[in-house]
Amino acid sequence: MSKAFRWLILSLFGLYFLVPLAASVEFSLRDVNDTHSFNTWGKLLDEPGLFETLGTSLWVAFGTVALTLILMVPTVSWVHLKHPKLRRLVEGVSLLPLVIPPIVLVNGVLVVFRDAPEVISGTPVILVFEYVVLALPFTYRTLDAGLQAIALPTLVEAARSLGASWTTVLLRVIIPNIRSAVFGAAFLNLALVLGEYTLASILLMNTFPVWTVSTGQSEAGVSVAVSLLALFVAFLLLFVLSVVTGRRKATLGATQGKS
Amino acid sequence: MTAETPTAVRVGMARRATAWVTAHLGLVPFLVYTGVFLGAPVVMVVLGAFQDNDGVFTTDNITAAFKDQFGRSFATSIELSALTAVLGAVLGAVLAQAVLASKEDGILRKVVSSASGVLANFGGVPLAFAFIATLGSIGIVTKALKGLGFDIYASGFNLFNFTGIAIVYVYFQIPLMVIVFTPALEGMREQWREAAANLGATKWQYWRHIAGPILLPPFLASMLLLFANAFSAYATAYALTSGVVPLVPIQIGSLVSGNVVADQQNLGKALGLGMIVVVALVMAFYNWMQRRASRWLG
Repeated sequence: MSKAFRWLILSLFGLYFLVPLAASVEFSLRDVNDTHSFNTWGKLLDEPGLFETLGTSLWVAFGTVALTLILMVPTVSWVHLKHPKLRRLVEGVSLLPLVIPPIVLVNGVLVVFRDAPEVISGTPVILVFEYVVLALPFTYRTLDAGLQAIALPTLVEAARSLGASWTTVLLRVIIPNIRSAVFGAAFLNLALVLGEYTLASILLMNTFPVWTVSTGQSEAGVSVAVSLLALFVAFLLLFVLSVVTGRRKATLGATQGKS
Repeated sequence: MTAETPTAVRVGMARRATAWVTAHLGLVPFLVYTGVFLGAPVVMVVLGAFQDNDGVFTTDNITAAFKDQFGRSFATSIELSALTAVLGAVLGAVLAQAVLASKEDGILRKVVSSASGVLANFGGVPLAFAFIATLGSIGIVTKALKGLGFDIYASGFNLFNFTGIAIVYVYFQIPLMVIVFTPALEGMREQWREAAANLGATKWQYWRHIAGPILLPPFLASMLLLFANAFSAYATAYALTSGVVPLVPIQIGSLVSGNVVADQQNLGKALGLGMIVVVALVMAFYNWMQRRASRWLG
């Protein structure tokens, strides 16, 4: 591909992806009678429901990230260490949510947890439990790749022979060694929760994405503005993550090259 | 050894059984969790699909799910998913190749990979609004074109129908393609191109006989993944059209949120079962393709 042609292609794609974003910015700045102002952005803070729903989504997000890591880091490490043969089983189960569309899953969830205690089915706690499931395929792949890349048995044997308990091994040997995988899984869990609409809306939970859609029906400008903000924050998080992990890889590569 | 008492044998068996359980104990939390929060709901959907409202076995829901408006919604969903999968795969592959030709630790790659991660996963609702602001009836592009004397809405364009949804879907299909296809492109060795060139192959011959055949399985596999992705999507279409265009997820959504008569509860489950079957077939094919692909691209 010649250089000029490559840049032409990249610019066309750039245009396709940036125009809707630019249009969103313009739309959020619109005021009455074809004028523009920061009115919409200014009144964001007083918008009823914004902070409550954002708060709900954030605690659901942190719950999901925490539960995912508590469940999956030990499981995937254990399989890698003790039962490599069971990897296919865990992988198969973890990738299963790819086959079950969220709208179908929520249908079953409504039936299974219909008579569950109010705490589980009537509050966003149920979202935490189900978002862990939705995030499984990505979480598994990331953690699996992270563990594949380190000399796990050697590290664990060394730690165990020095008298470390299994908890110590997990917290102070395994996790620090796969921290970029752990961060990656955590960030994408976060992005998933902050954007998930299907389950939350059908289960009648008032999360941030649900609020955005319902507000959009009366005040389009406001929901465009918060959508943009959410998109931008998520991009920034991922970008920082890719710069940080990229730098780490680069330094690792450099030290390996020297030795 | 030969004089082993029955008690010793029993103890030995018990010990082995305990050993087996403890050896697999590490899997218990994972299996219990996925059993309750993934397995049980899916089982309820499958069972419900074959029951009437009193829990009696019937195949009425299944037959109804493939007839009339519901049958048509399967056709529309499959058509939409196929169209956006093909467009997304082709355009995404071109973009991935163009980005890979840039400097390895350059800013462009990081921007594209982060933006892909966000747009592919975070799509849904914000993207629907972005497109309303762009191509909606008072969107910026619509207004600009009107200013140039070209009224797209007067000439039949509508963001809130099939075409519109397809345009918006491609917006999140391309980034997903970039994410899943980039590893395959990265697996192409520079030596293969050099070897071919040394043997006198033209650029076209290299693509036709070497790169093409190697990249075809991962390309098709990625396309299948894109199909499944579009097929399952609910939020974007819902936020965009409030459920006007009959896609299967939208139909299921309106059946469960009780916008219809109560005796159709299990019809939603039958539609859900239909979706699972379609996606499962696609993913089985995807796995098979992936395995073929991994033979070359380790």
